[in-house]
Amino acid sequence: MSQSLKIENLHATVDGTEILKGLTLEVPKGEVHAIMGPNGSGKSTLSKVMAGHEAYTVTEGTVMLDDINLLELAIDERSRAGFFLAFQYPHEIPGVSNANFLRAARQARLPKGEEVDAVAFYKEMYLKMDELGMDRKFTGRSVNEGFSGGEKKRNEILQMMMLEPKYAVLDETDSGLDIDALKIVAQGVNSMRSPERGFLIITHYQRLLDYIVPDVVHVMFDGRIIKTGGKDLALELEEKGYDWVTKELVPA
Amino acid sequence: MSIVLTPMEETITLEPTEVWLSNPPLTESDAAPAAATPAWYRELQQKSWERFNELPVPTRTNQHWRFADLKMIRFADLATAAPASDPASLVARAKANRPADFSAHFVFANNRLIHSEIADLPAGAICLPLNEALAAHGDLIRGHFLQETQTLGGDKFAALHGAATLSGLFVHFPKGCVSDKPVLVHHFSGGEGQLIFPHTLVVAEDNAAVSVVDIFESIAESEQTLTVGVVDLIADRGGKIQYVSLQNLSDNGAKHVQINNTRAGRDASVKVGFINLGAAWVRNESLNRMTDKGADCQIFSANLANGIQEYDQRTLQSHEAQHTTSDLFFKNALYNKSRTIFSGLIHVKPGAHHTDSFQTCRNLLGSEEAEANSMPGLEIDADQVKCSHGSTSGQISDEEIFYLQARGIPADDARKIISLGFLNESIEKLEGDELKQYLFTEVERKFAKLDEDA
Ligand SMILES: Nc1ncnc2c1ncn2[C@@H]1O[C@H](COP(=O)(O)OP(=O)(O)O)[C@@H](O)[C@H]1O
Ligand SMILES: [Mg+2]
Repeated sequence: MSQSLKIENLHATVDGTEILKGLTLEVPKGEVHAIMGPNGSGKSTLSKVMAGHEAYTVTEGTVMLDDINLLELAIDERSRAGFFLAFQYPHEIPGVSNANFLRAARQARLPKGEEVDAVAFYKEMYLKMDELGMDRKFTGRSVNEGFSGGEKKRNEILQMMMLEPKYAVLDETDSGLDIDALKIVAQGVNSMRSPERGFLIITHYQRLLDYIVPDVVHVMFDGRIIKTGGKDLALELEEKGYDWVTKELVPA
Repeated sequence: MSIVLTPMEETITLEPTEVWLSNPPLTESDAAPAAATPAWYRELQQKSWERFNELPVPTRTNQHWRFADLKMIRFADLATAAPASDPASLVARAKANRPADFSAHFVFANNRLIHSEIADLPAGAICLPLNEALAAHGDLIRGHFLQETQTLGGDKFAALHGAATLSGLFVHFPKGCVSDKPVLVHHFSGGEGQLIFPHTLVVAEDNAAVSVVDIFESIAESEQTLTVGVVDLIADRGGKIQYVSLQNLSDNGAKHVQINNTRAGRDASVKVGFINLGAAWVRNESLNRMTDKGADCQIFSANLANGIQEYDQRTLQSHEAQHTTSDLFFKNALYNKSRTIFSGLIHVKPGAHHTDSFQTCRNLLGSEEAEANSMPGLEIDADQVKCSHGSTSGQISDEEIFYLQARGIPADDARKIISLGFLNESIEKLEGDELKQYLFTEVERKFAKLDEDA
C-alpha cells in the first residue's frame, strides 16, 4: 500500500488557459514538504485542483492519496478520505456559527445514525482553540465573517486540528500573519506532525519555514516544479530572489 | 418522492363569497362571562362587527394586496372554534418543547385557556388572559386596545378580531418593572373551518422591559383553520419590548393572519420578530410608529417557505418625531413553488428630522419555481435623514458550498446549513440566547422536514 500524497504529471486548465503544466511531486507520510514560487506560478491552482474546485479542469495526470485516486472523488469525499486544504482566502459563511460548522464537518465523518458527542466535541474544540490563542467567542461567531486576515488563518488551522487529515495542504497560511501569530500557527502545525501525516506547505516567503522546518523544498514556476532540494534551498531562494529561479533554472 | 399538498381551491369547496361569516364570533367563557366585561368593550365589539360587515373583501385594486393570492381569502362557513378534545395532551406538547427559561407560560387551545404557569414574574407585572384582564383591568387596557386607525390592508380582519371573543394575553409591566425572561404563549388551533382570535397586548411603562413570545401550532395536520390575530405593543418612555411570533402551523390547510401595531414613545425600543415555518398562507402586517424623540423599532423576520406555502408581509416604519431610528431585516428562504411577498414602506413624516431608517429584505431562492416579490418603499418629508432600503434575491453561492464541501460536508447538507445560516442572521438580532437557540432549532427542524418531503 502506498503511503504518500503523490501528484504525477498534473495538467489543469481554467477557462481554457493551462495553469498546471505537468506537475509532479510526492509527499510521503511523515514528511513536511514546502512549495515556494513567485506569485502567479499556480500554487493556489494546484491546491484547489486537489480539493476538487469545479472551476478547474484536469486534462492529464493523477493525484493519489495513499491508494485512493483523489481526482475521482467528489469534493466532500476527498475531505473525508483525509485530504485537507487550508485556504489562502477562506470564505465567509454568514449566520453559520463556527461551532455548528465544525460539528457538521465532524458529523459528516460518522456512520449513519451516530451523533457527535456534544460535550466531548466542545471540550476538544476549546482545548485546540486555547492552543491557537483563539478567544472562545469565535465558537459563536459566523464562520470567518468579520474575521481579520490572521483570525481567518487561525480558524483554518483550527479546522485542520479538528478534522485530523492524513495530508494537509496549507496555502500561504503565513501571509497576513504577524510574527506572534505565525509562531502560534507554526506550533499548531508542528503539534500535528506525525509519522501518520504528510504536509505540503505553500508559501511565498521563507520566513514560515524557520518555524515549520521542512524535509523537502520544491520550487514552482509556471505550473511545474523546477527544482527540489533540502531545507537550505529555501534560504538560497530567499537570498537570491525569485529572479534567480526564473533566469537560471528555467530551461530556455 | 414529493409530498402532494392539496391546493386550497379544492378543499375549501365554496364559491367566492363576500360573506365570511354571518354571526359575530362570540363564545361564552366560564372564566369571564361577557356580562363581566366593561361596557366600552361590548360597544367596541358591536361597532367592530358593523365595520367588518361594511368593509369590502380586499381586491386586486387595493394597493395593500398587490401580488397577493386573493383566493386565499375567499372564506365561507367559518366557525368559532369548539373546545379542543384533548387539552391535556396539548399542554404536555407545549411543555415538552419550550425554551427552558421563561417568566410565565400560557397555553390556549381553540381560543380557550387550557394552562397557565407563573414561573418568575417580577412584582407589579400583570400577565393575564385578555378576557379576564378586561374584567379586572379594563381601564388599563382601554387606551391601548385596538386603537390604531391606519391599516396596511387588513382592516377587515382587524374589525373581525375586534368583534370576536379573544384569546391571548394582556401583559402590563409598570414603571421600572424589568424581566429578561420571556412570557411564553402557545396557541393551538384545530377543527375544520375553525377560527381563533389571539390578541397580544403588551404595555411597557417607563423604563420597563418585557419579552413575549407567541407560538402557533396546529392540533392536527391538514385542517383548514384560520388565525385572526392582533398584536398591540406599546412602549412608553425608555420602555423596552421584545415580541416574537413563531408560526409553526400545519402547512396543509392552516391560514394565519397577524396584524401588529407598535407604538414606541420617547427613548423606547421595540423589537419585533416574525418567524414563519408553517401554514399554507400567512399574512403579517407590522405597523411601527415611532412617536417621540429617541424611539427605536427593529423588525425582523425569518421565513422558510416550502411546497405551495405563501407568506405575505406588509410593513410600515413610521417616523413621527425627531431623532427616531428603525431597522427592518427580513429574510425569506424559498423552496419548491412557494411564494413570498414583502411590501415595506419607510415613512419619515414632516418634522421628523435626524431620522435613521433602514430596510432590508433578502430572498434565498432554493428552487426555480419559487417566487419572491419585494416592494420596498421610501417616503421622506423631513431633513437630515439617513435612510436606506434594499432587497435582493439570489441563490447560494457556489463558493460557499465549496468551502463546506471541502470540509467533508455533502453538498445537500451544505446547502441546508447555509440556508439555515441565512435565516439565522435575522434570528441572531433578537435578545436572549436561550430563545434564539430555541428558534434556531425550530427552523432546523423544518429544514429536516424538507428532506423527508423531498
Ligand atoms: N479563474 C481564472 N481565470 C483565468 N486565469 C486564472 C484564474 N485563476 C487563476 N488564474 C491564473 O492562474 C495563474 C496562477 O494563479 P494562482 O494559482 O493563484 O497562483 P499563485 O497561487 O502561485 O500565486 C495566474 O496567472 C492567474 O492569473
Ligand atoms: Mg496563491
